[in-house]
Amino acid sequence: MNKNDAEIIEEATDEAVENGLERLTPERISQVINQVLHKETGARFKAYVETCMRCGLCSDACSYFLSNDRDPRFSPAAKVKQTIWEMLDKKGKVSKDFLRRAVHIAHLECNVCRRCSMYCPFGIDIAYMMLLVRRICHKLEITPQYIQDTVNSHSVTMNQMWVKEDEWIDTLQWQEEDGREEFENLRIPLDKQGADIMYSVIAPEPKFQAGLIYQAAVIMHAAGMNWTMPSRPGWDNSNMAMFTGDNEISGRIARTFFETAAKLNVKRIVMGECGHAFRSTYDVGNRQLAWTMAPIEVVHAIEFYHELLTSGRITIKEKFTKKVTLHDPCNVSRGRGLHDMARRIVAATCTDFAEMTPNREHNLCCGAGGGVINCGPPYKKERMRNNRAKAEQLAATGAEVLIAPCHNCHSGLEDIIHHYNLNMEVKFLGDILFETMEKKIYKPGE
Amino acid sequence: MNAFIDFIMGPMVWISAMVFISGLLFKFAAIIKEVREKEQYLLSYMTLKHSLRSICAWLIPFYPRSTRLRPVYYGVSYLFHILLFVLPVFLFSHIVLLDESLNLSWPSLHDRAADILTLVVILALVFFSLRRRLEPDVRFLTSAKDHLLILMVLLPFVTGFLAYHQVFLYEWMVMAHVLSGEILLMIIPFSRFSHMITAPLTRAYTGSEFGNVRHAKDW
Repeated sequence: MNKNDAEIIEEATDEAVENGLERLTPERISQVINQVLHKETGARFKAYVETCMRCGLCSDACSYFLSNDRDPRFSPAAKVKQTIWEMLDKKGKVSKDFLRRAVHIAHLECNVCRRCSMYCPFGIDIAYMMLLVRRICHKLEITPQYIQDTVNSHSVTMNQMWVKEDEWIDTLQWQEEDGREEFENLRIPLDKQGADIMYSVIAPEPKFQAGLIYQAAVIMHAAGMNWTMPSRPGWDNSNMAMFTGDNEISGRIARTFFETAAKLNVKRIVMGECGHAFRSTYDVGNRQLAWTMAPIEVVHAIEFYHELLTSGRITIKEKFTKKVTLHDPCNVSRGRGLHDMARRIVAATCTDFAEMTPNREHNLCCGAGGGVINCGPPYKKERMRNNRAKAEQLAATGAEVLIAPCHNCHSGLEDIIHHYNLNMEVKFLGDILFETMEKKIYKPGE
Repeated sequence: MNAFIDFIMGPMVWISAMVFISGLLFKFAAIIKEVREKEQYLLSYMTLKHSLRSICAWLIPFYPRSTRLRPVYYGVSYLFHILLFVLPVFLFSHIVLLDESLNLSWPSLHDRAADILTLVVILALVFFSLRRRLEPDVRFLTSAKDHLLILMVLLPFVTGFLAYHQVFLYEWMVMAHVLSGEILLMIIPFSRFSHMITAPLTRAYTGSEFGNVRHAKDW
C-alpha cells in the first residue's frame, strides 16, 4: 500500500455530524447510499464514473490542491475516489468513519465551483458528484451544523437568516427614510403590482448590510426605474438547501421566489450582487420546478448596472482613482459569462485596473462559495489554509481595492485579506457605482 | 491445438470485430434510452452547436488551458490516441489480409514508418505507466486495474512489433498478437476504454451546459 492510501482519520469537530452518525445503522447507511446513487441518478452519473481515466488533469484546476502543496488527496478526482468510487465498490456498506470523512470532503474541501470540469478533457462534472455526496449526507442527517441551520431557517421563514416579516419591512422603510435625505422623493415601493422590476436580495442584506439596500434604492431612483420589492416571503433569493442536497426545501425556496414575482406581475427580476443566489434562480431552482430556464427573466446586478450605464440612465461623475482589481465569482463568470460585462463596468467607473490571473472562466474560487463558508466558524482556520492560492493570486495584483460582485466571495475574501495581511479593501461593484455616479434623476432626452 | 489456432485466426477475428462494434452501438443506445427514461431534461439543454464547439476546442492540440499546464502528458497522449487508430488501420499487413478476405484495400503506411510509430506507441504506454507510478496525484488515483488496462493495449503492439521483426518464436508471436488484439477489441465496450464513445457525450453535455445555459467557455 502506498503511503497516500493511508486511511485519514477525520476529527470529530461538528456536533450535528456526530449526533447524526450516532443515530445511523449499517442498514440505513447502505439503503440511503444505494437509493441516491442508483435511483436518483442515471446514465450521466454512470458515464462520469466509467469515463474517468484517472489521468489527473483535473488536479491543476482545484484551488484546494494548489493551496495544499499539490497534496494528491485534494485532486478533484481524488475526492470522487474517496467518496463515490468507494461507495459504489462497497455497495453502500461503508463505515461511520468513512462517512465522517465524506461529509468533510464534500462540504469543506470542495466549493462546487465547477472549475475542474473545464480541466477534465472529458468534461466530467465532479461538482455534481460532490453534490450527490452532500445529498447522501443530507438524507443520512449528517450535514454540518451551521449550514443545516440556514436550511432550517429557509424551511421556516423562507429566508436564510431567520429574518422576521416585520423586521424585513421595517428595514426597508428605514432605508427608504435614510434615502429620502439624499433624494426627497425616493421610495422603496413595496408590492407594487405590474412594476417592471422586482428587486431581490439575500437575507444577510437586511440582517447586517442594510446599506446595500439603500445604495440599490438610490441607483433605482436615480435611473428612474419602475421597480418594487416584495413585502412577503419570497424576497430572499438565497438558497442554502441547494448546497446541502436538500432538493425538496431547495425547490420550495425557488417556487416561493418565482411565485412572489409572478403575483407582483413584474416583467423581470433584478438581483443584488450574489453568486449562489444567481445560480439558484438562474440555473438550479428552475430545474427543480421543471422549468428549463427561469420562468421570469432573472438579471444579475452586473448585467443590470451594465444596462444602466450603456443606456445612459446612470452617468459617471468622477471615476474611482485607487488601483482596483476584479474577482470573477464562479457562479456569474463560469456560471453565466458575465466577466466581460463586469470589466466594462470597471472600465467605465475606475481609472486604474489591474487584471488578476488567471481570470474570467479560469478564475480561482474565493474559497467561501458552494456553502463552504456557511459551515461556520469551526472550519475557518482550515478554510484559510485551503485559500492560500487565492491569497497569492490577490497579492500578485498589487491592487488597493478588490472588487467582488458576490456576497459569498465578499465574506470569503475579507477573511483571506485579514488572515494573509493583504491590506486590500473589498468592495461591491454597486459600491463603486454608488460612489462615482452622478446623483441626479434620469430624464429621457436630457 | 490446430483447431484453436484456426479459430483465433479465422472466425474469432470477425467475432471480436462484431463484439467491438455492436458493443459500442449497444452502449450508446443504452445511454440514450436511460437518459430519455430518467433524465429527459438533460436533452433539453443540449445543442449541436455548443456540443461541437466544445468537442472541437478540445481536439485542437494545446488549445484548452488544462492541456497547456501539462504539455508533456497531453502531447504524448494526443499522439498516442491518433496512432492507436492510424497504425492498425493503415498497416500494410492488415490491409493485405483484408484484401485477401474481403477484397477491400486502401493506401497503407510505409513499413519502416509503421515500425517506428509502433515504437512510439510502446514508449507512450511505458510513459503512461511510469507516470502512474511517479506523479503523486496520478498515483493516488491509480489502482491495479489501470496498469492492467495499459498492459492490454501494450500487448498487441509489442507482439506485433516482435512478429514483424521475427526475432523469436515468430508463429507464437503472430498468434499472441492476433489473440491480444481480439481481446482488446472485445473489452473496449465493457471497460473504461468505452470512453471512446462516452467521452464525446460527456464533453458535449458539459459543453452545452457551459455554452447554452451559462454562456461561458469550457476549455
